[in-house]
Amino acid sequence: MFPSRRDFLLTWGLRGCGVLTASVVLMILGFLLRESLPTISRVGIDRFLGDATWHPSSGAEGGQFNLVPMIVATLLTTAGAVLVAAPVGIAAAIFSHYYAPRWLGVVFAKIIELLAGIPSVVYGLWGLTVLVPLIAQWQPPGPSLLAAVIVLSMMIVPTIGLFASAAFQSLPIEHLHAAAALGLSRPRFILSVALPASRSGLFTAIILGTGRAIGETMAVLMVAGNVVQTPDSLFQPVRTITANIALEMAYAMGDHRGALFVCGLLLMGMVIVLVAAADRLGRGGARA
Amino acid sequence: MPDSNSPEARSKDGLDLSGLSARPQFGAASALTTIPGLLLATAVWSVAAIVSGLFLWIIADIVVQGLPSLSWTFLTESPRNAGREGGIAPIIVSTLLVLGVAIVAAVPLGVGTAVLLAEVTQTENWFARLVRRSLDVLAGVPSIVFGLFGNAFFCITLGLGFSILSGGLTLACMVLPILIRATEEGIRAVPREYRSGAAALGISRTMTLWRLVLPAAVPGIVVGLVLGIGRALAETAALIFTSGYVDRMPGSLFDSGRVLSVHIFDLSMNVAGGDQQAYGAALILILMLLVINIIVSYVGQRYLRHTASTS
Repeated sequence: MFPSRRDFLLTWGLRGCGVLTASVVLMILGFLLRESLPTISRVGIDRFLGDATWHPSSGAEGGQFNLVPMIVATLLTTAGAVLVAAPVGIAAAIFSHYYAPRWLGVVFAKIIELLAGIPSVVYGLWGLTVLVPLIAQWQPPGPSLLAAVIVLSMMIVPTIGLFASAAFQSLPIEHLHAAAALGLSRPRFILSVALPASRSGLFTAIILGTGRAIGETMAVLMVAGNVVQTPDSLFQPVRTITANIALEMAYAMGDHRGALFVCGLLLMGMVIVLVAAADRLGRGGARA
Repeated sequence: MPDSNSPEARSKDGLDLSGLSARPQFGAASALTTIPGLLLATAVWSVAAIVSGLFLWIIADIVVQGLPSLSWTFLTESPRNAGREGGIAPIIVSTLLVLGVAIVAAVPLGVGTAVLLAEVTQTENWFARLVRRSLDVLAGVPSIVFGLFGNAFFCITLGLGFSILSGGLTLACMVLPILIRATEEGIRAVPREYRSGAAALGISRTMTLWRLVLPAAVPGIVVGLVLGIGRALAETAALIFTSGYVDRMPGSLFDSGRVLSVHIFDLSMNVAGGDQQAYGAALILILMLLVINIIVSYVGQRYLRHTASTS
C-alpha cells in the first residue's frame, strides 16, 4: 500500500474527527468547571456541606448552599433502586437463558429490550398518574422516596438485564458441555458455574445500572415530590441533585446558576468514578 | 407452570433444540427435586412474570389513556390553552428538526471517528485508547449534565440562544457514543479480503474506504443511526434548557421549539388537566420508537443474512 496524497488527507481528516470526539468530554468538563469555579471560590466548599439550608437565590453572601440533603436523596434513591433491580435484572437474564423455553426466552428478551427503550418521561408519566396515587392511598402524600425508588428500579432492570444477558451469552460453550457431561442440575450449574464465571460481567451490568440511576432526571423529578430534606421515612418527598438542576435552571442567575453547575460537576465526578470502576472490572475479567 | 419446564418434559415434547445449539442440557436429577432448586425456579419464573406484567401494565396504560386523544386533528393542529386542547403539529415539527440537526452534526463526526478506530489505527495506540476512554465516559454522562453543557456552550458562549440548533447540537454530542460503537462494529464486520484484494490491485486506501468498506458497512451505520435517533427521541432533560419550551410552529432553526418528550413533561407536571393530552403525546412517542425498533431488527437481520451468504 503506497501512501498517496489522498490517503494523507484521509488519515489526518479522520484523526481530526477523533480529536473532536475526544474533546467533547473535555469541553463538558471544562464548561462545568468554568461556570462553577467562581461560585465555589466565593462560597467555599464547606458552605456547600454545612449551610443551614438550600436558598441560593440571594447570592454568595446572603444565600444558603447546603447540598447534603440532595446528595443523600440521590444516594438513597440510587442505592434503593440498585438493591431492587440488581437481583431482578440478573434473575431476568437467568430466566431467558436457562429457564424459559426457547421461544419464551426470545420473547422475554425482546420485552426487556423494549422496556430499555421506553423514554424516562413516559416512566415518569406512568409513575405520576398510576403509582403516586396508589402510594397516596396507602401512605400520603404519595410523591416520595418510595415512588422514586420503584420507578428508578423499573428503569434500570432492563439495563442490568441486558448486560447480564450479554455476560451469560459470552460464557465459554465448554462450560455448558462440561456441566452436561457431569450431569449437573440446572440450579447447581447456575449457582456454581454460570454466576461465578460471569462475575465481572454482572458487576459491570450493575455499575452501568447504577450510573443510569444516578443520572436519571425526568422520571425522578416527576414522582419524588422535590422537597429539599433528608428523609426519615420511605414515604417522605425528596429532591435529588438531578431534579434540583432541572427545577431551578430555568430562573437561576449568578451564584445560584453557579451552584447548579456545582451539582453538575458532582454528578460528573460520580460518573467518572463508576466508569473507572467498570473499566477496572472489565480488565480484571479479561485477565482472569 | 414450572412442571412443563422440567428437563423430562422438555425432552419428551421434543420442542427443545438444545442438542442443536448452545442451549444447556441439564442432568436428569434436575431442577425441581431439591429445595434450593425449587426456590430458584420459583424466584426466576416470578421475576419474569412480574417484569412482563409491569411492561404490559405500562403499555396498556399508555394505549388505553392515549387512544382517545388520537385523531387526525391531534396531529395537524397547534396546541391551544397551554396544550389542554388542540394538537401537537408544531411539536412534531420541532422534534423532527431537532433530530435532523443532531443527525447532520453527528453522522460525519461519528462515522469518521468509527473509521479511525476500526481501520486506520490498526493497533491500539495511545490515541485510539484516549478516544475510546472518552467515549466510555461520554456514554455515562447524565442527560441533565448534557443540558447544562449545551446551555453554557451552545446557547450562551456561541450565542445560539434557546433554539432548535442548540438542542440538536447538544443531542449530537449525546448520541455520538452509540453511533460510533455500532458503526465501528459494522466496519469491523466487513471481510478482510475486501481490503487485501483492493490493496493487491493497487487501489488507494481512501478509494478502498469510500467504494468498498463504507458501502459494505452501511447496515451497521444505519443500525447505529437508528439507535441514536431512538435515544435522541426519548431525551428530555438535555433539551429543556437548550431547545426550550416554546410551543409555536418554529420559523427557523434559530427559533426555540418544544420537542415531544418536553411536551409530555410540561403537560403532566405544569398544566393542571393536561394528563389526557400528555398520554396522547406519549402514545405517539412510543409508536415512533416502536417503528425505530422494527427498523433496527429488520436491518440487523437482513445484514446477518447478507454476511452469512457471503462468507
